[in-house]
Amino acid sequence: MAPAVCGMLLGLALYTGSLRVVSGAAFFYHDYCIIGAGPSGLQAAYFLQQAGRDYVVFERSHAPGSFFALYPRHRKLISINKRYTGKSNSEFNLRHDWNSLLSHDRRLLFRRYSRDFFPDADAMVRYLEDFAALLKLRVQYNTAIVHVTLERNAQAWNGHYFLLTDQDRQNYKCSSLLVATGTWVPNVVNFPGSEYVEGYETVSISPEDFAGQTVLILGRGNSAFETAENILGVTNFIHMVSRSRVRLSWATHYVGDLRAINNGLLDTYQLKSLDGLLEGDLEDLAIIKDKKGKLHITLRFYLENRNTSTGIDSITLPQDELDNFATRAPYDRVIRCLGWKFDFSIYNRSLRMMPGKGNKKKYPQIKPSYESRGTRGLFVLGTASHSVDFRKSAGGFIHGFRYTTRAVHRLLENRHHGVPWPSTVYPITQLTNSIIKRVNEASGLYQMFSVLADIILLRENATAFEYLEEYPVGILAELETQTGRKAPNGLFVVIMEYGRNFSGADKDVFYYNRAVGEAQHAWQSNFLHPVIYYYKRLPTEHEMRLRPPDWPLPRPDAVHHIVEDFLTDWTAPNAHILPLRRFLENCLSTDLRNFFAESCFLFAFTRQKLPPFCRQGYVRMQGLMGSEGLRRHAIDAGLLEDYAPTDFSGDNHTIPVRPLQHLVNTKDEF
Amino acid sequence: MSAQKDRWVSSFFFLLFCASSIPTHGSARLLQELSPQEYFSSLQAGRASLSYFSHSGMYLTVRIYISLVNCPKEDVSRYCVKENALRKAYLFRGNVLIREFPTDALFDVNSIVANVFALLFNEVKYVETLADLQNIENALKGRSNMVFAYVPATGTAEHRAVMEAAFVYGTVHQFVLTTEATLLKDTSNDEPDVSSARLLFCHCQRTTDLAQPCRRTAMEQALTMLNIHRHLKLMGAPLVTEVTEDPEKVSTVHLQLGLPLVFILSQKETYEADRRTAEFVAWQLLGKAGVGVPIKYLVLEDTDEVVTLVENKSKVEQIQEDEEEEEEDEDIQDDQVVEAVSRDKKRELPLEQIRALTEETFHPALLETARTVVLFYASWEAVSLAVLRSYTEVADHLKGTRGVLLSRVNCWDWPGVCTKENVTQFPAIKIYKKGERSVMYDGMWGAEELTSFIMLNRVSCPLKLATIEEAEGYLRGEFPSELSSYHHTSLLGVFSTATSEAREAFKEAGNILSGHVTMGMYFEDDALALSRKYAVSPPALLLARSGGRSVEGIALSKQSVQDMVQMIRYELLDIFPEITVQNLPRYLQLRKPFLILFSDGDIGQMESKEMLKLAKGRPQQAFVACWLNLKTPVGRGVLKAYFATMPSLPVLIWVKLHAGGQVFKFPSEQSITEMNILSWLEKLKAGLEIPSSKWTHFCNVPKHAFLLPQVT
Repeated sequence: MAPAVCGMLLGLALYTGSLRVVSGAAFFYHDYCIIGAGPSGLQAAYFLQQAGRDYVVFERSHAPGSFFALYPRHRKLISINKRYTGKSNSEFNLRHDWNSLLSHDRRLLFRRYSRDFFPDADAMVRYLEDFAALLKLRVQYNTAIVHVTLERNAQAWNGHYFLLTDQDRQNYKCSSLLVATGTWVPNVVNFPGSEYVEGYETVSISPEDFAGQTVLILGRGNSAFETAENILGVTNFIHMVSRSRVRLSWATHYVGDLRAINNGLLDTYQLKSLDGLLEGDLEDLAIIKDKKGKLHITLRFYLENRNTSTGIDSITLPQDELDNFATRAPYDRVIRCLGWKFDFSIYNRSLRMMPGKGNKKKYPQIKPSYESRGTRGLFVLGTASHSVDFRKSAGGFIHGFRYTTRAVHRLLENRHHGVPWPSTVYPITQLTNSIIKRVNEASGLYQMFSVLADIILLRENATAFEYLEEYPVGILAELETQTGRKAPNGLFVVIMEYGRNFSGADKDVFYYNRAVGEAQHAWQSNFLHPVIYYYKRLPTEHEMRLRPPDWPLPRPDAVHHIVEDFLTDWTAPNAHILPLRRFLENCLSTDLRNFFAESCFLFAFTRQKLPPFCRQGYVRMQGLMGSEGLRRHAIDAGLLEDYAPTDFSGDNHTIPVRPLQHLVNTKDEF
Repeated sequence: MSAQKDRWVSSFFFLLFCASSIPTHGSARLLQELSPQEYFSSLQAGRASLSYFSHSGMYLTVRIYISLVNCPKEDVSRYCVKENALRKAYLFRGNVLIREFPTDALFDVNSIVANVFALLFNEVKYVETLADLQNIENALKGRSNMVFAYVPATGTAEHRAVMEAAFVYGTVHQFVLTTEATLLKDTSNDEPDVSSARLLFCHCQRTTDLAQPCRRTAMEQALTMLNIHRHLKLMGAPLVTEVTEDPEKVSTVHLQLGLPLVFILSQKETYEADRRTAEFVAWQLLGKAGVGVPIKYLVLEDTDEVVTLVENKSKVEQIQEDEEEEEEDEDIQDDQVVEAVSRDKKRELPLEQIRALTEETFHPALLETARTVVLFYASWEAVSLAVLRSYTEVADHLKGTRGVLLSRVNCWDWPGVCTKENVTQFPAIKIYKKGERSVMYDGMWGAEELTSFIMLNRVSCPLKLATIEEAEGYLRGEFPSELSSYHHTSLLGVFSTATSEAREAFKEAGNILSGHVTMGMYFEDDALALSRKYAVSPPALLLARSGGRSVEGIALSKQSVQDMVQMIRYELLDIFPEITVQNLPRYLQLRKPFLILFSDGDIGQMESKEMLKLAKGRPQQAFVACWLNLKTPVGRGVLKAYFATMPSLPVLIWVKLHAGGQVFKFPSEQSITEMNILSWLEKLKAGLEIPSSKWTHFCNVPKHAFLLPQVT
């Protein structure tokens, strides 16, 4: 028997890591532990697996994506699955694919899983199952982590190990903990009569159950409107109440706000079809059930002074004093659709997992590096990490956090394995091209606008540069330690932004002349457009802290906006590339134009210092000869002089020395 | 710096604006650092000095003290201890605190001045709605005039200019400011450009009828302090000036400002009518010209004529100004490659011979043909597109060549393929040989060079020659036959069986130089016969120039691969080459001065002979002797740059490309002989010759204006 047990244990150890016995208690050890096999957990697992790291994913359910098995209740995802863009560029197409995770496997593109623009949640469940299976990710199912604590150890990566305990009291020990549990604990409110309220989690999704009923919905998010949408056609009327005004995502440019696909109720409210929206603090509410089982709305205020022994008839209702009180009609049902929050309960106090402040209290407090504010080595991924860009960018959604998860992985590779942030070194002549290429195709920059940025580190004398993709801009000051790259000679930050005053719940986003067309007014662009910041040296942490509110970055030495484009195609030579090149030239005092070999030849004989394009091309025997047709065009444009022999023979013929004004715009040092 | 200390420092610095004075356009601003005691005692002085055009025409000086106050730790001044003092600016008039405001609003000098004026001098009314504007207008009717300005954003240079003008003119006219574009729409007939600021002068003083809107005169020029000042001066001048003296002697504000003055000559009988005409014309020309009425003659026929005349004159001036501006225009493309390509973009390229590959077809295509040439490019990138044009010419040359497939991958469509093939910049050309590693093209981006590379690359390098006959044919440039039209110099390595080490290095060098050079090798038993014929002993290199007419033998001493590549490259250089755009870089790499004979057409036999003697005579030349045929058109550009007057040809020039840029011209009265040149060079060396030209000292700052940080 013993050898068999041994063999089994060995097999287990090979699969999940190593089994260690520490002071009598058995631990499975892994460098990285991920809690949750949802989209972000699997995404993190993929990167760790590709890097050959020792990791495991714990999933309490028997399959990945258990949240999607349940939610959204009405099964329609509001993340778009755009199968056609007219382009074959796979990176570009990810800009319009909000469901796929990142991988090298082309089978794992979501458009192969659903033909619907707004897919069914079951497709997501199937997708996640395949993602875990096809990529052979190491997920330990049916393992619910119920407790997390720390074990101090000076040798550990972060000065401590993470000790995880599952529902069977099995212990696990990890050097780094990646929390990918999402937000799944339903938000509830407590007020007198809240026991009559049904939750979104359990409410019937069959419209017949609501036929001829009057319904009050608490909440104003997508789940509230999704619920309303489902029963709109059969109810007497629906009222919706919440503290804040409705925020339409097409006005706020935030995908988490109310999406047009769910807003049928707004239509019927504004067209006076009995449905309605109200604003009020839910904490002040009270619900009273009458003898017929109808639910009446009143205020907590009225209940506090009453004699508890008296029956319902003695309770003051608002309409007793104000006979046109809006919610005076009784309701048949009240449904709570107030969203979810992070599960804080499993963490020992020593981890100091604190809720955020204000409207971010549903998320744990983390730094812009996604590391917990309370515990080094604990990173929060996925939806739970949305406090970094809540109500701004897409970090709370698959199409955003697939990139922030990759960024966290790159930070970890540098911190624990000495693998610096991936980068490519280019000659300076490729500077304009590199930026144009990225702003036109990069999906991470586009989805995680104002959060992830490309960083261009200049080499000495601006002869070359190093390009780093999708770095979290909030930790720009720590760039050197976080990436293992050096930035002694200044840098550019390439980021995408909406116009500063364009987005907002109360903004008119269709006003006349909202789009800027001319390059000189690019800084007033409203729609998402690329912005390039130039710093002569890396901003300090102090400068990062003092940046103006809502600015992703502190004041730069220079800034350039590439004018917004209707097609999000920023390749126009005069409107996009030329102003960008001039900006870069001004920052670097370098001529970044291209030249035909003929011009370089002339420069070689007449100038001390050649423009980089000639120096790095022509002089190295890689000059651009150009066809005769192009040469003629350049001459016609007055950008290349035609020296073809005409009247050159006469000895007394004078040719004035022409300053090469149009060919020269940079300093030549003699 | 610790976080604690960090916070300490930041909370104890704040900005103070001393409002006793205001900055001018060019005046130096002082950023003083003072202790609180010093600061408050300095306030007592409270001396104001102003620098502006006042409406009386005086030039005043205004200055602002911007002080940075450093609060020492122990200081108890109330501004230092305030919790929220962090990043606050305080505005004082004398030593009375007027207001505090966050420094966020003060992002540059324009915004500071605009804000300080806005707070200090409550002269400017800000309106948001049309009703507000009309109320102000109605209230002013019959009393005073109104200056209405629209700025797209506050804190801009235009905003500053308006606030500064209000400071000077605020007691005379009512200033009204808005950032609402809708208000602007109401004030003009055509669709206004809401992105640029506008200023209108509303003549409310003359308007007494409440139902009538005030007449408005828009300022045509850009919103600068000077233009506003000028505009307001013109608006303030009398509409029509009556003169009785000689028009020549009349001077009004218009003439002082360089504007035309229109005289309408009148006589007593028609005075009333002429006066009305003059007023009509004056309204039309308000801001553009003045109108005077000397009561004497009548010459007027049509009022339109006058208006047209004046307006045309100013239009001409405007056009001239525009033309001047155009040279500085940001929008003009100054990249010759980009411009040439975009001018050519409507022409359809003959791409039939070039197969477009995709992610799916890329790998299968490589297996189809012995050699696949792939151009990786980006369809939006100018250099890529220029190369694509040359590539179509290559395709045309190579049409029908078997075993070579020309193809292209657009990296904008298929970034995955390009990344996998390690193509990080565009354009790039790679040649894939079936079953071998690919070769990256690293030559000139020209049709001729690329064609030659592709053809030479078809033959293995070095080519193993099997017989003496083949080796001889190879040296004559006849073998292999497919290359006969593509090369001039052949290299043949001759090895005995004992020299395998050198042979391996030679093979490796061949790999590196493949496509650029034809290399052969011979190591059969009878290699000795070959080496005896050319008087070398193996390992040796035979160099056959121009079709085998001269064969040179070079001993191969034990060398590394790199040395051998270097040596071969050097040996391939001509002794007295014709310098061209294509081959200059090879000679530039020698980093030596150039001795160039410029010639219109082929050089004469005599000069050629003498120059060759000069070049050959000294194997370790300290300079590159070469000639330039002015059929290479850009050669004229070089001469143009060197000489004000075109020298007579041929002309011999000595130029140090790498040091100093001095140009010396061989005396034209001397004949070009080896001896003459040598003695001239001696004199040059001794510093006895004066340079004929020194390169123009180009020190041009980029022409386009610096793009400063822009803030919405």
